[in-house]
Amino acid sequence: MKFKSILLAASVAALSATTAMAEPVKIGMITTLSGGGAGLGIDVRDGFMLAMKQSDNSDIEVVIEDDQRKPDIAVQLADRMIQSDKVDILTGIIWSNLAMAVVPAATAQGKFYLSPNAGPSALAGKGCHKNYFNVAWQNDNLHEAAGAYANSAGHKNSFILAPNYPAGHDALTGYKRQYGGELAGETYTKLGQKDYASEIAQIRASGADSVFFFLPGGMGISFLKQYADSGVNLPVVGPAFSFDQGILQAVGGAAMGVKNTSQWNKDIDNAANAAFVESFQAEYGRLPSLYASQGFDTANLILSAIAKADVNDQDAFRSALEAAEFASVRGDFKFGSNHHPIQDIYVREVIQEGEVFTNKILGVALEDHADAYAGDCNL
Amino acid sequence: MSLILLIEQILNGLQFGVMLFLTAAGLTLVFGVMGLINLAHGSLFMIGAFAAAATAAATGNFALALMASMAAAAAAGALIEVCVIRRLYDRDHLDQVLATFALILIFSEGTRWMFGSFPLYLNIPEMLSGPIALPGGIQYPLYRLTLIAIGLIIALGLFLLISRTRLGIQIRAGESDREMIAALGVDITRLYTIVFALGAALAGLAGALIGAIQSVQVGMGEPVLILAFVVIVIGGIGSIKGALIGSLLVGVTNTLGAVLLPATFKLIMEPATAATVGSSLASMLIYILMAIVLIVKPTGLFGVRV
Repeated sequence: MKFKSILLAASVAALSATTAMAEPVKIGMITTLSGGGAGLGIDVRDGFMLAMKQSDNSDIEVVIEDDQRKPDIAVQLADRMIQSDKVDILTGIIWSNLAMAVVPAATAQGKFYLSPNAGPSALAGKGCHKNYFNVAWQNDNLHEAAGAYANSAGHKNSFILAPNYPAGHDALTGYKRQYGGELAGETYTKLGQKDYASEIAQIRASGADSVFFFLPGGMGISFLKQYADSGVNLPVVGPAFSFDQGILQAVGGAAMGVKNTSQWNKDIDNAANAAFVESFQAEYGRLPSLYASQGFDTANLILSAIAKADVNDQDAFRSALEAAEFASVRGDFKFGSNHHPIQDIYVREVIQEGEVFTNKILGVALEDHADAYAGDCNL
Repeated sequence: MSLILLIEQILNGLQFGVMLFLTAAGLTLVFGVMGLINLAHGSLFMIGAFAAAATAAATGNFALALMASMAAAAAAGALIEVCVIRRLYDRDHLDQVLATFALILIFSEGTRWMFGSFPLYLNIPEMLSGPIALPGGIQYPLYRLTLIAIGLIIALGLFLLISRTRLGIQIRAGESDREMIAALGVDITRLYTIVFALGAALAGLAGALIGAIQSVQVGMGEPVLILAFVVIVIGGIGSIKGALIGSLLVGVTNTLGAVLLPATFKLIMEPATAATVGSSLASMLIYILMAIVLIVKPTGLFGVRV
C-alpha cells in the first residue's frame, strides 16, 4: 500500500519549471495503516498531512508507507527510504518496539528522526542521539502525571495493571515514580489480552481504593466495558491512550467520568489549537485525537526548521529543530537537553457532548514536566 | 486467596472456555470432516461481531444483532466455501494455509474499507448488565453467566445434531470415508457447504457475544484462532466432545494460571518481579498443557487420527 502525497506532483512540477531551485526536502513517514493498530497511524498521518497541506510548501515531498505494526517491515521500509528514496527526515512510528528497531540505525546513517508518538526510555537516556527528536512525550510521562493526580485526589491504595511488555513496565514504573500511596496489587496482563474478568475479581478482593491501568487500544475498551459491568465502583485513573477520540465511541458510557492524563486536549485554549481542531474536523469529518495533534505538531516543527535552515546543513537544521519555534497546539512547548519535550501534562475527564464522547480538561497534573532520563543523556 | 475469589475465577475460566468452544467447534468440524486447515476462521468471528455491532447500532435490539451475526458469518462462510475453499480439499495443507491466510488479509482490509479503522460500539443489553449475587456472597456479572448457559446449550445442541440426526450421520460418515458416502448418493459438495456454514455461524455468534464485552475491531479474530487451534489439538481433531473438554481445560488453566502463579511467586520473590515472572509463565501454561497432552496422547484427548 503506497500513498504518495499530492505534494509530490506539485513539487515535481515546480522542479521542472525552475531548474535552479534547491532539491525538495524529502520526508519518509513509516506508520501503522493496516491491522489492529491502524487507527493511531491514520490519525498521526492525517494530522501530519493537514499541517503540510496548510503550509502550501511545494518544496517538500512526503513518502508514506505502512509498517503493519511489524518491526521487520519497519526496518525494511526505513532502509528503502534511506537508500533509494534518499529521504532527509524520517518520522511516523507509533510503537516503541518498532522505534527501537528503526531509530538507532537511521540516526547512525545521518538522518533526522522525529518521533510523533513512541518515546521508549532507552532512546531518552543513554541511547539518545543528536539527530533524534521526540515531539510527543517520553513513554513514562503520562503515567507519572497519573501518579501525581492520584496523590492529589487522595488515593492511598491503588491497584495497578499494565500489559507485560516494555511500554507496560515503563507505565507502572512511571506511575510509581510519582504516586506516594500503598499498592493494593500490581499485575501484568498478557499483551493483547481481551478478557479481564480475573483481574477485576482480584481488584474487588484486594481492598484497593483506586485503579490505575495502562491498556492501550482494544485492550482498554475491553477492560472498561467489563469493569463497568462488574459493579466494582472504585475510581479509575489512566493515561490518555485508552481514552482518545478514536476509542471513546467504542467504549461508550462505560468511560464516563474517568480521569485520564494527556499532554493535549481539544479544549486547550490557544489560537493554534482552535484552528487545528476546526480544520481537522472540516478536512476529515471527525474530531482529532491526541495522536493527530502529535502528527500535526511534528509537521509544524519540521516546517519551522525548513523555513530557517537548509536540511543539508545538518548543524543549522538541528539548531532550528532544537529552537522549536512553531505554534504548538499544546501551547508552550520546548525541548529538554535530550530532545524530549518539557511540557504541561493535564488531567482530563471523559464527558459526553451531544452524541459524542470526548474529554475536557480539569487541571494541570504536572507543570513543565521533563522526563526522568535526561540526566543519562550526553548531548 | 479466599474461596470466594477462587470460585469466581473458576467461573471466569468456564465462561472463557465455553466461548472458546463456539469458535473451536467449527474449526474442528471443518478440519475433521474435510481435512482442511482454515486460518480464516477468525475472520468469520470478526464478521459476526461487526454484523452484530452494525445491527445493534441500527435497531438497538441485541437479539436481532445476534441473529444478524450468525446470518452474516454463515453467508460469508458459504460464499468462501463455494468460491475458494472447495478448490482446496485435494491440495496439501500448505496450499490451504496460504489461501486461507490470503482470505484473512482480504476480510480484514475489506472490513476496514466498509467500517473504518476505529473500533465499533457494541454493548451488553440493559436487561443482562450488572452483577448479580450468587450463593456465598459472590458478585458475578449476569452477562457472563448467560454466556456460560448459551455455550453449554449450544454444546448440547451440537452433540445431539451429530449423534441423533441424519445430517449428523452424514457428517460422521464423511469424516471416515468421503468417497464411500458420495457413492451412496449423498451430495457431498452440499454437505461440505452446510458444515462450513454451520461452523462459520457458530464463530460469528461467538464474535458477537464476545464483542459486547470486548472491542469490535479489525484483527480481533486472530488471537482467538490461535487458542482455538490449541483447543482442537488438545481435544483431538474432528471431535466435538474433545473441543468442549479442550476448551474448558484451556479456559480454566489459562484463567487460574494467570491468578495463582503470580500469587505463588509472591511468596518467594518481591512483588514486582513475581508479577513479571508469574505472568510470563502463566501465558505459556496452555502451551505446556498442550505439550503434555500430546506426549501422553499424540492424537489428542478424544481424537483418532494424528
